[in-house]
Amino acid sequence: MNNSVITLKNIAVSFDGEQVLKDFNLSISDGEFVTLLGPSGCGKTTTLRIIGGFISPTDGDVFFGEKNVRDLPPYKREVNTIFQRYALFPHMDVYENVAFGLRVQKKDKADIEETVEKMLSLVNLKGFEHRKVSTLSGGQQQRVAIARALANRPKVLLLDEPLAALDLKLRKDMQNELKNMQKQLGITFVYVTHDQEEALSMSDTVVVMDGGKIQQIGTPLDIYNEPVNAFVADFIGESNILDGVMKRDFVVEFFGRTFDCLDSGFDENEPVDVVIRPEDIDIVEPIRGHLTGTVTSVTFKGVHYETIVDFKGFKWLIQTTDYYAPGTVIGIVLNPEDIHIMKKSEYSGLFGDYSSYSEEFDEMADPEIDLVEETKEAESYE
Amino acid sequence: MNKKRLAAPFGLWMLLFTVIPLGMVLWFALTDDAGNFTLQNLPKIAEYSDSFWYSLYVGALSTFLCLILAYPLAFSISRRSERAQRTLVMLVMLPMWMNSLLRITALKSIISEKGFLNRLLELAGLPTQHMMGTTGAIVLGMVFDFLPFMVLPLYSVMTKIDGRVLEAAQDLGANAFQVLFRVVLPLSVPGITAGITMVFVPSVSSFVVSKLLGSAQTTTMIGEVIEFLFKGSAPPYYNVGAVLSLVLMVLMLLCMAVMSVFDKDSDEMEGMMA
Repeated sequence: MNNSVITLKNIAVSFDGEQVLKDFNLSISDGEFVTLLGPSGCGKTTTLRIIGGFISPTDGDVFFGEKNVRDLPPYKREVNTIFQRYALFPHMDVYENVAFGLRVQKKDKADIEETVEKMLSLVNLKGFEHRKVSTLSGGQQQRVAIARALANRPKVLLLDEPLAALDLKLRKDMQNELKNMQKQLGITFVYVTHDQEEALSMSDTVVVMDGGKIQQIGTPLDIYNEPVNAFVADFIGESNILDGVMKRDFVVEFFGRTFDCLDSGFDENEPVDVVIRPEDIDIVEPIRGHLTGTVTSVTFKGVHYETIVDFKGFKWLIQTTDYYAPGTVIGIVLNPEDIHIMKKSEYSGLFGDYSSYSEEFDEMADPEIDLVEETKEAESYE
Repeated sequence: MNKKRLAAPFGLWMLLFTVIPLGMVLWFALTDDAGNFTLQNLPKIAEYSDSFWYSLYVGALSTFLCLILAYPLAFSISRRSERAQRTLVMLVMLPMWMNSLLRITALKSIISEKGFLNRLLELAGLPTQHMMGTTGAIVLGMVFDFLPFMVLPLYSVMTKIDGRVLEAAQDLGANAFQVLFRVVLPLSVPGITAGITMVFVPSVSSFVVSKLLGSAQTTTMIGEVIEFLFKGSAPPYYNVGAVLSLVLMVLMLLCMAVMSVFDKDSDEMEGMMA
């Protein structure tokens, strides 16, 4: 706990009587890359805004190191934010945008010049000093926002869906760049995203949130391999989630069959959720399978086929590099390490059935803010 | 076909009610009673320099007060929810739905010797104030009359300022004053210049307000002088009135030219804010 730069203790937030965050506890270590991951409205942006000082929690405390900053206004906090859609100053050029933080702190001229140049070369924008920000592309504006925030030499950088407005290719490049920058500068990053892939590939620690509560905190590997409940299992990657019964340690029953597994510590005959990742399932001839089912649909995904298979009315998603035509009867083999057991939770039964499977598409950004903006835009066109 | 023709009715309107009258003003300014060409009307401007200065002073003071009052109001409105914004803007415009003459008359009854304000002072045991017929009363009338013309352009520019830009400024260490002077103020320059123009021009040339709220003790405003010369006096002094009108027009054009210089600087960022 001693090297934690930010600690959130028993945070609760409600807007107009609606609880947005409840009983929220999080400790962020120095130099860590922490990602707050969750669907729209899960409270991740609210959490970031509490750290930034833009929302004061209804209840609970915020510590920077040992110091309680609960009532400290944003401009006195040693954190800087990269906002959704960058929020650059439209009346200033690139240089002045980056210099803003230093100017308000009344740094001397030579110091400002040196820092701004350093920051602009860090984000590969040398030569853009006197360009108007409105003439820059989305990716370049993003870089200006990063340079502007880093120019203040924050201990902690807060990033609110910084890549959401960029196209896929650029987003991948920026992911790498941000990660490298973080390593190079040794700054703590608190990163908000709804993109699970982004979270897994960049973070040291992922905080999975839903409904204003932390569902799970762990390394990307932990979160993926050992999800604590059906929500996490479904949100991070794809999962088939089945009802099962834990017969005893290392033995689970589902679909009327017992399987060996690696999990223990449950009560005898305790009902559980069983998670099977679509890429872990081996397809074999029906006669050799633990279970047999019928292929109902196949989608080509480039690297693999997404194959939906009907097992006694329950549809599974299986990712396979081999093509099985719809109507084919196949068998599957499940090894103990392919089976992950979770305790029943409020999310049981809500996820993991592919009966009504459709492509989940990425939203552009977090509607917590965008909804307001869109209605505003819609109205101004009337 | 030819969309330019759609403007023809307005062109005719302009010709009849703007171009021809302007030509007539110019004609009167450069002729004498008998209709002969003369430049003798021009030196008479000097006789009315007091009125000019006084009008500029009253106009500038009224504009300044409007700006001071309207700026925080407009900003406060622009930061509210969509619904609240609409309601508040309507409230700001509400007085404009009433006849201006009626409004000034109402103001008169509020600030007169036995008016509402002095009654209040009496009730509070304070000495009554002489307000009617002073420069203060005229300025008050102008502010009262023209405030919405300052609030609206300011509001329409400020409502386009992204709240996240203001948060970004705070995030980078700017306190409330720095946010105001380094971000909000530069971004609202177009609204400020539009507001100043919309208040300064009519208040300098207004004659209703000073006529109703002024007195023998206050200098006659130039608008009032012109009105008097054109219809009050017998025989009417059209020629001098016309010269004064022209000078006033030149002053206004100058004022707008100065404003447009300020505006040009901020033009380039409009694309970003829209």
